Amino acid sequence: MENSLLLTYLILTPFIGSFLILFFKKGQEHLIRYTALAISTIAFIISVVIYFQFDSANSGFQFIDKFQWIKGLNIHYHVGIDGMSLLLVLLTTFLTPLTLLSSWTSIENKVKEFTFFFLMLEVGMLGVFISLDLFLFYVFWEAMLIPMYFIIGIWGGKERIYAAVKFFIYTMFGSLLMLVAMIWLAVYAIEPLGYFTTNLIELYNVAPQIPRDIQNWMFIAFAFSFAIKVPIFPLHTWLPDAHVQAPTAGSVILAGVLLKMGTYGLLRFNLPLFPEVAVAAAPYISILAIIGIIYGALVAMVQTDVKKLVAYSSVSHLGFVVLGIFAMTQESVQGAIIQMVNHGLSTGALFLLVGIIYERTHTREISDYGGIAKLVPVFAFALMFASLSSVGLPGLNGFIGEFLILVGSFKSPVLGSWWFTAFAASGVIFAAVYLLWMYQRVVYGEVTNPKLNGLKDMNNREMLVLLPIFIFIVWIGIYPNTFLKVSDKSTVKVVKQMYNPEKIKPVQMGLIQSSK
Amino acid sequence: MRDLIYLTVILPLLGFLINGIFGSKIKNEKLIGIIGSSVVGISFLIALGAFFETLALPVEQRQKIVSLFSWMAVGNLNVSFAFQVDQLSLVMALVVTGVGFIIHVYSIGYMHGDRGYWRFFSYMNLFIFAMMNLILADNFVLLFLGWEGVGLCSYLLIGFWYDRKFEKSTVADASKKAFIVNRIGDFGFLLGMFLIYMTFGSLNFNEVFSRALSFNVPTYVFGFIAIFLFIGATGKSAQIPLFVWLPDAMAGPTPVSALIHAATMVTAGVYMVARTSIIYASAPQIMMVIAIVGALTAFFAATVGIVQNDIKKVLAYSTVSQLGYMFLAMGVGAFSAGIFHVMTHAFFKALLFLAAGSVIHSMQEEQDIQKFGGLKKYMPRTHITFLIAALAISGIPPLSGFFSKDEILWFSFANGGLFFWIMGAGTAMITAFYMFRLYILTFDGKERFGKDKHPHESPSIITIPLIVLAVLSVIGGFIGIPEVFSGEHGNQFHNWLAPIFKDADRKLAYFSMHSHTTEILLMVLSVVFAVSAIWFARYIYLKNPTIATDTAKRFKGLYNLLWNKYFVDEAYDAVIVNPIVRTSSSFLWKIADNKIIDGVVNGSAKLIDIISANIRKLQNGVAQFYALVMVLGIVAAFFWIILSL
Repeated sequence: MENSLLLTYLILTPFIGSFLILFFKKGQEHLIRYTALAISTIAFIISVVIYFQFDSANSGFQFIDKFQWIKGLNIHYHVGIDGMSLLLVLLTTFLTPLTLLSSWTSIENKVKEFTFFFLMLEVGMLGVFISLDLFLFYVFWEAMLIPMYFIIGIWGGKERIYAAVKFFIYTMFGSLLMLVAMIWLAVYAIEPLGYFTTNLIELYNVAPQIPRDIQNWMFIAFAFSFAIKVPIFPLHTWLPDAHVQAPTAGSVILAGVLLKMGTYGLLRFNLPLFPEVAVAAAPYISILAIIGIIYGALVAMVQTDVKKLVAYSSVSHLGFVVLGIFAMTQESVQGAIIQMVNHGLSTGALFLLVGIIYERTHTREISDYGGIAKLVPVFAFALMFASLSSVGLPGLNGFIGEFLILVGSFKSPVLGSWWFTAFAASGVIFAAVYLLWMYQRVVYGEVTNPKLNGLKDMNNREMLVLLPIFIFIVWIGIYPNTFLKVSDKSTVKVVKQMYNPEKIKPVQMGLIQSSK
Repeated sequence: MRDLIYLTVILPLLGFLINGIFGSKIKNEKLIGIIGSSVVGISFLIALGAFFETLALPVEQRQKIVSLFSWMAVGNLNVSFAFQVDQLSLVMALVVTGVGFIIHVYSIGYMHGDRGYWRFFSYMNLFIFAMMNLILADNFVLLFLGWEGVGLCSYLLIGFWYDRKFEKSTVADASKKAFIVNRIGDFGFLLGMFLIYMTFGSLNFNEVFSRALSFNVPTYVFGFIAIFLFIGATGKSAQIPLFVWLPDAMAGPTPVSALIHAATMVTAGVYMVARTSIIYASAPQIMMVIAIVGALTAFFAATVGIVQNDIKKVLAYSTVSQLGYMFLAMGVGAFSAGIFHVMTHAFFKALLFLAAGSVIHSMQEEQDIQKFGGLKKYMPRTHITFLIAALAISGIPPLSGFFSKDEILWFSFANGGLFFWIMGAGTAMITAFYMFRLYILTFDGKERFGKDKHPHESPSIITIPLIVLAVLSVIGGFIGIPEVFSGEHGNQFHNWLAPIFKDADRKLAYFSMHSHTTEILLMVLSVVFAVSAIWFARYIYLKNPTIATDTAKRFKGLYNLLWNKYFVDEAYDAVIVNPIVRTSSSFLWKIADNKIIDGVVNGSAKLIDIISANIRKLQNGVAQFYALVMVLGIVAAFFWIILSL
C-alpha cells in the first residue's frame, strides 16, 4: 500500500479546528457550535473516504504516513491503520459530531473552552488508534487525558473534582507503567535490530524473542495500563464516578470511545508483541473478564441512579470484549471488535437518553421517575430501543458481538474449557434484568411524581442525534458483514500468530471431530 | 409460491413498520386493523400456496431453501437469512398465519376504542414476523432471532396496558417476568448452539443434522446439546421449572393470550425439539427427561386448574398442561403426534381464549367465574363455540382434540410405559373436569352477576372468528386418523411429516409389539374417563354446588396449595431472586465496590498524602536544622564506610 496523507488530514482537522475555535469571541456561542459541528463532520467525511479506499483483503497497515520527528532517538511520526483500527476510527469520528450536537443545550457556560477541549479530545483519540510508533502512541494516550480531565472537572456534576482527579490519577498510574515497558522494550530491541527504535511494526518481529521472564513483566505493565482503561475488574472503580460526574457529552465519549482504547491496546500491543505470555495469561484475564461481566451486571441491577446503572453496565459489556480478545479465536476476536463498536453505539445512546431526560428533570434517581411512557412516548420508544440493543436482542447490534464472542470463546483452545463461556453467557440474563427493571421503573406504571407533569418529549435536534446511532444499531444487527469484513483479515493475522500448533493442542472436551 | 415464502416474513414486518411509524397519526381504527390483518392474511395465502405446491411434488423434492442474504460470516460460521420450506415448517406456517389471521380479525373488534390500538396491531405484526422467522429458519441462529423476537413481542404485549395493576403487583412486573424467565431459557439455548458449533462446525440445520449422523460424536455430547436446547424449550414453552411466567402473561389483552400464550409462541419449544429430533434421538436419556418433565408439567398444571377462579388463569394453566402433553409426545419419540397436538391445540385453545374474551367483554372486564353463570342464554354463539372447544380439549370423539391427544396417550404407553399413560390419562381426566367446571360456572347454572352487568352477544367481527375456529376444532382431527382405524399408512398427517422424522425414527427404532386390541381398549378407557369427569363436573357444579365448597373446606391444606399454585413463585423469590438482589446491593455494591476496592484505591492515595505530609516537615526552612542533618549524615556515612571495610 502506498503512502497516504489522509490519516494526517484526518487528525489535523480537529487539531486545527480546535485552535480556530479559540478565535471566536464571547457571545458567539452559536457560531462556535456550528463551526465545531462542521469541523467534526469534515473529519467524519474524511474517515468515510478512508473506509471506501480501504482494502479489506489486505491484512497489513494501510494509509501509512511517516516522517522523522525526533532524530536522535529515531522516533517517527508514523501513522497507519488496519481493519481493527479503522472501525474504531470510524466510531470516533461518528460519535464526535453527534455528541457535540447533543451538548448544545446542556453546555451553556464556557462553550468556547468546552468545544476546544472536545476537539482536542478527538485528536487524542484518533491519534491513539492510528499511531504505529510507541512514543507517538504514548503522547496521544496521555494528551487525551488532559481535555477529559477538564471536561469532567469543569462541566461535571457535584463531585466533579473528586471524579476528575480520580480518573486522572488512576489512568496516569497505568500509563507510567506502560511508558516504562515501552522504553524497556525499545532498549531490548537494540541488540537484535542494531539500533534504537520505537517503530511498532519492527518491534512486532523482535518482541516475541525477548527472554520469557522479561516478556512477562512487559506484558503485565502494558496489560495493567490497558486494564485500567477498559476497565477490567477490579480496576474499575474510577469509572462509575467519572461517568456519573461527567457531562452527558463526556460520558458518551468516555464510554463510547475512551474505554475502547484499553481493549484496542490489548489487541494491538499485548497479543502480537507477547503472544506466548498472552496465551499463558488468557485464562486468568478471562476469569477477571467474566467476574466483570457478572459483577458489573449485578451491581448495575441494584443502582438507584440511572446514570450509574449505565456506567456499571459498561463494566459488564467490556468484560465480554476482553473475553473475546483473550479467547483468541477468529469468531471471538471479530466479535470483540464489533462489540467495541456496538458498545459505543448502544451505551452512547443510553447516556444520551439519560442526559436528555436529566436536562428536563434534573434528577437521575430512578425512584423520581415512573409512568413517563404517556408523557414522552418518543423518548420511551428510544429508551426501549437502546436498551434492547444493549440487552443483545437478535436483529440489533449487541447480539452480533455477544454471539460471536461467546460462540468463539466456547470452543477456544486457549481457554481450554467451555465453563468460561457458560458463566459469561449468564450475563445475557442479568443484562435483561437490570435494563428491563430500570425501564419498568422509569417508563411504566403511573405517574406518581407531580414534578414530571408537563415533561416535554424529545425535540428534533435530540432525535437527529439519536437517529444515526439507531440506524447503525439496526445495520450492524442485520448486516454486520459490512463491518466484519473490514477487520476480517487483520483478525486472522492476529489470531494466527497466537496459535503455535506445536504448543497448543486444539483438543476440547474430549471431542473427536472425525467423520466415519 | 415456495420461492415467495420470504414474503410471509416480510409482509408482517411491513405491517409492523407501517402501523408502528404512522399508526399514531392514522385516526381511522379500521384502517389500522385492516392493514394489520391483511398482511397476515396474505401471508397465510402464500403459505397455503406453498403448501399445495409442495404437496404436488414427489416426497424427495419437498424440501427447499430460499436464501435471502448472508447474515454473519466469520471463519467457519456462515449463517444467512435463509428460509427452509418443508413439511414441518409448512404445517407450522399455516397454523401461525391461519390462526394468527383469525385472531387479528377478532382483535379489530375486541380492541375497539383502545388508546393504543395502532400499537397493538404493530406489535402483533411484529410477533408474526418473529414467529415466521422462528419456524422457517434454516439455521439455529435465525431460529434464535425468532425465538428472542417472539419473547420481545410477548413482553411488549403482556405489558400492553403498562400502567395497570395486575393481581398483587403490576402489569409491568408480569411482562418483565416473562422476558427474564424466557432469557434464562435462552441462556441454555445459547449454550446448546455453542456446543453444536464446536462439535459440528456449523449452525445450519442440514449440515448439523447430516453431520450428526456421520460424525463420530460421543453420546454424552449429544446429551449436553439436547439438555441445553431443552432448557431453552422449558422457558419458551412454559415447562417445569420455568413455567411461572405463563400464568402471569394473562395480564395482556385476551387476543394476545390466544395467539401468543396459547396457540403459537409457546409451542415454539415443541417445534424446536421436533426440528432437532435427530439430536434428541441420539440422546435417549434426555428424551426420557423430556418425557418426565412433560408428564409432570401436564399433571401438576392441570391440578392447579381445578381451583382457579379467573377464567383466563384456568385457561393459562390448561395451556401449560397441554404443552406438557406435547413434550410428553416428544419425549416418547412421537414427534408427529406432538406436532399434530400443536395444531389441534392451536385451534381449540385459541377458541377458548377468544370466547373467554367475548365473555369478559360483555361482562365489563369481569374475569371471576364465580361472578358469571347462566350466560348461555345471553351469548348463544359464544356459548356454543366455547362448548365445542371444551369438548375438543376434553378429548371427546370425533373432535380434533380426541385424535391428537389419543395418539400421544397411545405412544406414551407403547414407547414409554404404563407410568406415562397413567399420567397422561389422569391429566386428561382432570382436564375434562376443570374445563367443564369452567364451562358450567360461566354459561350454565344460576346467574351470579349483579344488576350492573348487562351480558350480551358480541358483534360479528368477534363471533365469526369464533365460528371459524369452532369448525376447525371439530374437523381438524380428521387429517390424522389413527392407523388402527385407517389402516397401514392411513394417517395422512403422519405420512406428511414422516420424511422429517425418518432419521430420528430409525435411530430410536421403536417397534410396536402391542396389539390393536390394546390400543382400542386404552382409547375407550380414556374416553370413558373424560365423559365421567364431565359428568362429575356437572354433578357438582350444576346440581350440588355445596360439595365444592365443602370439599375445599375439608381439605384446606391441599386447597391452599393448589390455590397458591404450589407456592412456586414464592419459593423462587425467597430462594433465588431476593438473595441475589440483596447480596448485590448490600454486599457487592456497598461493601465490595465502595468499601473494599475503592477503599484500597483511596487508601493508597491517603497513605501517600500522610507520608508526604510528614516528610514535608523536614523541609522547615531553618538553616541550622539543615546543617545539623548534613553533619549527622556525614558522620553516619563515615561510620558506614569504616564498618564495611
